[in-house]
Amino acid sequence: MQAQEDLSVLSPDERQEIEAELGHYPNKRAVCIDAMKVVQRHRGWVSDESLRDIADLLEMSADELDSVATFYNLIFRKPVGRHVIMVCDSVSCWVMGYDRLRERLMKRLGVKVGETTADSRFTLLPIVCLGACDHAPVMIVDDDLHHNVDAENLDEVLEKYK
Amino acid sequence: MATEKVLTSNIRPDLSYVDIAAYESSGGYEGLRKAMTLAPGQVTELVKQSNLRGRGGAGFPTGMKWSFVPMGADAPRPKYLVANADEMEPGTFKDRLLMEGDPHELIEGMATAAYAIQADVAYIFLRGEYLLSAERLRRAIAEAYERHYLGKNILGSGYNLEMHVHLSGGRYMCGEETGLLNALEGKRANPRTKPPFPQVSGLFGKPTIVQNVETLCNVPHIVKNGPGWFKSLGKTQDSGTKIYGVSGKVKRPGLWELPMGTTVREILEAHAGGMRDGLKFRGVLPGGASTDFLVADHLDVPMDFTGVAKAGSRMGTGTMIVLDDHTCPVGMVRNLEHFFAQESCGWCTPCWSGLAWAEKALSAMEDGQGQPGDLAHLEHICRLCAPGNTFCALAPGAVEPLQSALKYFREDFERHIAEKRCPWRSHE
Ligand SMILES: Cc1cc2nc3c(=O)[nH]c(=O)nc-3n(C[C@H](O)[C@H](O)[C@H](O)COP(=O)(O)O)c2cc1C
Ligand code: SF4
Ligand code: FES
Repeated sequence: MQAQEDLSVLSPDERQEIEAELGHYPNKRAVCIDAMKVVQRHRGWVSDESLRDIADLLEMSADELDSVATFYNLIFRKPVGRHVIMVCDSVSCWVMGYDRLRERLMKRLGVKVGETTADSRFTLLPIVCLGACDHAPVMIVDDDLHHNVDAENLDEVLEKYK
Repeated sequence: MATEKVLTSNIRPDLSYVDIAAYESSGGYEGLRKAMTLAPGQVTELVKQSNLRGRGGAGFPTGMKWSFVPMGADAPRPKYLVANADEMEPGTFKDRLLMEGDPHELIEGMATAAYAIQADVAYIFLRGEYLLSAERLRRAIAEAYERHYLGKNILGSGYNLEMHVHLSGGRYMCGEETGLLNALEGKRANPRTKPPFPQVSGLFGKPTIVQNVETLCNVPHIVKNGPGWFKSLGKTQDSGTKIYGVSGKVKRPGLWELPMGTTVREILEAHAGGMRDGLKFRGVLPGGASTDFLVADHLDVPMDFTGVAKAGSRMGTGTMIVLDDHTCPVGMVRNLEHFFAQESCGWCTPCWSGLAWAEKALSAMEDGQGQPGDLAHLEHICRLCAPGNTFCALAPGAVEPLQSALKYFREDFERHIAEKRCPWRSHE
């Protein structure tokens, strides 16, 4: 029989980053959210295979881990595009023109909120208040927060992400 | 009037990183140094006397909370201190400023609070989207370890403290203190039954204190300058300064550190510059999404725990969201209830079912499909979700903007139903 290790899809880097987190908590399962985020940082999302390997590493069942994964909106269990747009749909952004921004985004990308463009360039997701309400409307693309996004500067922002 | 800046005095206009040398040169870590010369119980006593109250929304007296933690040789170990840096209350953006602008202040506050309760491990439970905060806090924590403000034998005192950053996986429930503890344990962020209270049995079943970022940032200043000084900073009986914020259609949205008890009017007019040209003020959620509206009659209310409560709302997080006359109040409340319905953890029926119904009814009203009985039904949901009827404070908070909008903007709801349209939507 092949050793478990060989079947694992986790890369050495992913393993190492997860193991570094283990030192911060008194038990293995406490690391599971951090571990899924490590994998997501490397692969964009958490596949069934990744989920199984993380569960093995942390001595949990895959089902148990999946029930945690599905609770949290920042853990993606489906593939996403090369860039993820998260547009704030909370109250201050709504007052400052979220509806117009959403329409514009959907038209420009040809997708609805929750979908990925046909060329896999962008996934468009809603997000709750990003704590930048004095610069509303705002959105995040990948790791970058963009302030005061409106119909005029939207194209310019999107151009940065190929 | 010149205001004494306490929490934000090191924050640079360009928001660049304030490193440990810069922090120390302006008196940083002196609060912790002083705390280390006192017994842990004396530090708690100072915080008690200062009348510091939690800045995360509920306003619970901080020192009193610490005094419930078991102390002494028989106390269960390890004990934990957690900074609640989840900041997901819509309309709230103050903790981000503190963490990005002066991360060492939070670390010093945490180390000082941890010493007072003799915690062994401290976590910063940080919103997953706050990546710049994460980077700066990690950098600042590394600097603090190097200078022996963290780690083993801190400043030669024999006291040890580890500190780690945890980036959240998302969801508003993670900010509720017991939901947060479950999230830190790698579970779904459902709330826990109380008692036992976290102070006695919290994270991994051990004594735990959860405290908002802004609350913790006050602690070293109190230890350094004394409770009397802290009390004198406030304009009213509630002590200290407060970071107030304004968003919505005002001239200058932003954040300002001002004496506790500054009036709503002064914040909106003198600091936020008043309404944008051509717009009129109609109301304000004084402390984030889960607080009751205040209206023009309340402009002279002092923004402190007591004053806002007397006016029928809550100071909450102290970051206000302004409603202007060109924005539909029904649409605004629909947006809020969409948030709360989405974030409900699904445990209690009035919460998951009531809020979903409220969102649907408000959406229908906006689309011209409101029914005459809707307002009575919405009021019924507000009563079902009142404090005490649900397992956590999400549901009572969720209906605060709704119940107050039904009171103050009733004619606007009625117009939607009577005219079968949203009067604010341009004619399609
Ligand atoms: C649904 C919900 C979300 C909350 N989110 C936060 C939050 O993001 N940050 C925070 O400090 N407190 C939040 N709170 C309040 C916490 O439960 C807790 O009262 C607070 O962290 C205690 O700290 P403090 O006394 O320093 O304010 C939330 C409460 C509820 C019910
Ligand atoms: S009030 Fe809502 S969020 Fe809180 S426990 Fe009940 S269902 Fe969950
Ligand atoms: S409401 Fe959009 S950033 Fe706060």
